[in-house]
Amino acid sequence: MQQSDAILQTRGLTVYYGSKQAVSDITLDVARHRITAIIGPSGCGKSTLLRCFNRMNDLIPKSRITGQVLFEGRDLYSPTVDPTEIRYQIGMVFQRPNPFPKSIFDNVAFGPRINGFRGDLAELVESSLARAALWAEVKDRLTSSALALSGGQQQRLCIARALAVQPQVILMDEPCSSLDPIATLAIEDLMRELSADYSIVIVTHNMQQAARVSDYTTFLMGIENRGGQIIEYGETRLIFTNPKDERTEAYITGRFG
Amino acid sequence: MARDTRSLRTSITAKALSLLPRHWKRLLWERLIRLTLAAAAVVSVLTTVGIVSVLLFEAVLFFQEVSILEFLTGTRWTPLFASQHFGILPLITATIITSAGAMLVALPLGLLSAIYLSEYAPDPVRRGLKPVLEVLAGIPTVVYGYFALLFVTPLLRQISPNVSVFNGLSASIVMGIMILPMVSSLSEDAMRAVPRSLREGAYALGSTKLEVSTRVVIPAALSGIAAAFILAISRAVGETMIVAIAAGQNPTFTLNPFVPIETMTAYIVQVSMGDTPTGTLEFKTIFAVGLTLFLLTLMMNLLSQYVVRRFREEYE
Amino acid sequence: MAAASPDFRRRMTRRQWEGRAFHGLCLLAVAVALAMLVLLLVYLARQGLTRVSWEFITSFPSRDPDQAGIKAALLGSIYVVAIAAVVAFTLGVSAAIYLEEYAVRNWRSRIIQVNITNLAGVPSIVYGILGLEIFVRTLGLGRSVLAGGLTMALLVLPIIIIAAQEAIRAVPPSLREGAYALGATRWQAIWHLVLPQAMPGILTGVILAVSRALGETAPLIVMGALTFVPFAPDGPLSRFTVLPIQIFNWTSRPQAGFHEAAAAGIIVLLALLLTMNAAAIVLRNKFQRRPEG
Ligand SMILES: Nc1ncnc2c1ncn2[C@@H]1O[C@H](COP(=O)(O)OP(=O)(O)O)[C@@H](O)[C@H]1O
Ligand SMILES: [Mg+2]
Repeated sequence: MQQSDAILQTRGLTVYYGSKQAVSDITLDVARHRITAIIGPSGCGKSTLLRCFNRMNDLIPKSRITGQVLFEGRDLYSPTVDPTEIRYQIGMVFQRPNPFPKSIFDNVAFGPRINGFRGDLAELVESSLARAALWAEVKDRLTSSALALSGGQQQRLCIARALAVQPQVILMDEPCSSLDPIATLAIEDLMRELSADYSIVIVTHNMQQAARVSDYTTFLMGIENRGGQIIEYGETRLIFTNPKDERTEAYITGRFG
Repeated sequence: MARDTRSLRTSITAKALSLLPRHWKRLLWERLIRLTLAAAAVVSVLTTVGIVSVLLFEAVLFFQEVSILEFLTGTRWTPLFASQHFGILPLITATIITSAGAMLVALPLGLLSAIYLSEYAPDPVRRGLKPVLEVLAGIPTVVYGYFALLFVTPLLRQISPNVSVFNGLSASIVMGIMILPMVSSLSEDAMRAVPRSLREGAYALGSTKLEVSTRVVIPAALSGIAAAFILAISRAVGETMIVAIAAGQNPTFTLNPFVPIETMTAYIVQVSMGDTPTGTLEFKTIFAVGLTLFLLTLMMNLLSQYVVRRFREEYE
Repeated sequence: MAAASPDFRRRMTRRQWEGRAFHGLCLLAVAVALAMLVLLLVYLARQGLTRVSWEFITSFPSRDPDQAGIKAALLGSIYVVAIAAVVAFTLGVSAAIYLEEYAVRNWRSRIIQVNITNLAGVPSIVYGILGLEIFVRTLGLGRSVLAGGLTMALLVLPIIIIAAQEAIRAVPPSLREGAYALGATRWQAIWHLVLPQAMPGILTGVILAVSRALGETAPLIVMGALTFVPFAPDGPLSRFTVLPIQIFNWTSRPQAGFHEAAAAGIIVLLALLLTMNAAAIVLRNKFQRRPEG
């Protein structure tokens, strides 16, 4: 992969919680306008790695990193970078849907409002909801509470909420793990569609999902007490049909994890 | 622990064996214990019954001689003078001045402190700060009264000569400090109950800490915060010693915080300290005033519980 | 970065400044609260520290401010608080055991629970009226330490019940099941396992309640405690005063000498409270660090 194709890069990234390593020495390129999946057994540091891309780990007091994370070639952790600004350009969808206890409309409008959006807010909300394939279901009850939506709808609302700030990258941390199969399919379709305009990184422990939706796959595994490391990285097609490392093969054929 | 369990086991088995032939006796014993415990629980209900019936009984006697209408709408309160008037409004306005003033201090300071503790303070700082703030709530109110009368009032009188030796302002400020920890502690509890995932959701959209606090955390915790405020007002309304010491004993129908006034609670203290014989109409006023006070605070306490239950956001 | 237009940057800068200002404001609020605490303590120390002495603690009150002491008030406080603690502990823990371990969750137990919550919010002066009517007049105890102690017991009862309920609820159900499985009766399980486990939490509540009783003034004034008592209480039916009332009385006098005596009395009162609360904190920490049974 060419350097210019990568929107996000990590260089020798190690993350600590206190004195404990959660991931170590991660060097990885995330391709522009593609879907990159991060798979691996639970506890191997997938979420930790993902949260480095928008500096969400800053919110955990005991966490610290060494190494580099580059966004468009610029060091995300340089002291001149404001994490708030980063999160504005790199959106995130969480494992459990976390709509704010506000109306559907206000949830989507939240980001644009705090960021001083000056255009037509109603139109932005509509187009964001439409892109998240939720508009048809909620257009008649935009003012009702977001907490009344079903789990799958809530998760699509969270995606719409992330889209409304018009980010360049969307990070998704097991976005379907609390959803039923039908809602999961809807979100996977949505991701495929979004990948035309956005770069997406998705953490999943569902191998079929990684195989179905992603272009590239990273397999992470925890090694002793050094935390998660990249075992294998490449095109999804190749990883799933022709893994080079036997641990990858063992994992994707379901022999552990 | 292991040793305890073992000795317990032997003692229980021994007991069980000796009791087996007289199974009914054990049952009776258990029954007796249960009844005794239930009786203790009933004492708390009897306390309420006692409060309500004492206040009602004596207040009814009082209202046989004084019309309720005069009591509730009269603007002169002079039961201890030769020309008796029984209008409670001066006591009410005094209570409003001191509680509203206290809330003006406690509400902003308490809420901001709560935000600091819940959103900004690193964990060790929070753990150290909270008990220190709660010391403020544990100081006896008579101490605050002393502070208000002998420190705050002279200070205020230096700033403005309009302030009297006894005044509502000084009492309110000090009372505000006293209820501040209540506001901050309860609000902080409510804010910390807001799930972390909501904060993360807002941060992930590029919010600053200010925006996360004011647009996500506070709205989500609003029912708990409102309940804390209501409880704090109720506490201020029922507070006695600060106002009895620093606000005066002059039932004046006014909203001026610089002059001597008399709250409902301070009036009850005044009568109790005096030599008014029990059983007289003058003495019965404390039951009418006490009933008013009780009903007011009860309403606020119930409202606060209702707000928490009714408007609590259910997560997950 | 592509999205960062000059407009966005300007706004971003402003938002950051707002954020910092708000952080400062929050810090300021905490600082004001702490400053008030320090101010209060320093003022009291300057007013009264020189008056605190063994003589001050062991003298009866006097019309001469420099001779006045707190012996009667301190003894009165100890009597009242001791009576209140014993009565409220017995009643409160029993009630809590009943509510947590025996009562079926129905409308009756709900009423008791709501009632306890509301009692905790009743202004203390109202308890004074209750004590006056029930203990002093109806039961004929007179304006005695016993009547005062019982009034205080009712006042702090909700505090103890609520604390004891929480402590009992925190005892893992597996302990009770373990005991039942060995053939223990319900009461045996409570007495041998639940109560010992819950005791640190209960005692924390008791100490909080005792601190409250020690500092309360208004209910005892209404109940009719005296303000000038040149004798030690000599029995449960003796007339009495307590430390906060003595402080109140001295504060209300015009002479500066009495104000100093009041400050000295406050220092003694606060020292007592501090000791008890330190004990409560030690207990609570011990309680919290206890590993799962
Ligand atoms: N806030 C935290 N504090 C301390 N350790 C953490 C924290 N979050 C995660 N960890 C640890 O870091 C490791 C990786 O966690 P995570 O990134 O959540 O893994 P995954 O998402 O792959 O399941 C785990 O061992 C976990 O226990
Ligand atoms: Mg994870």
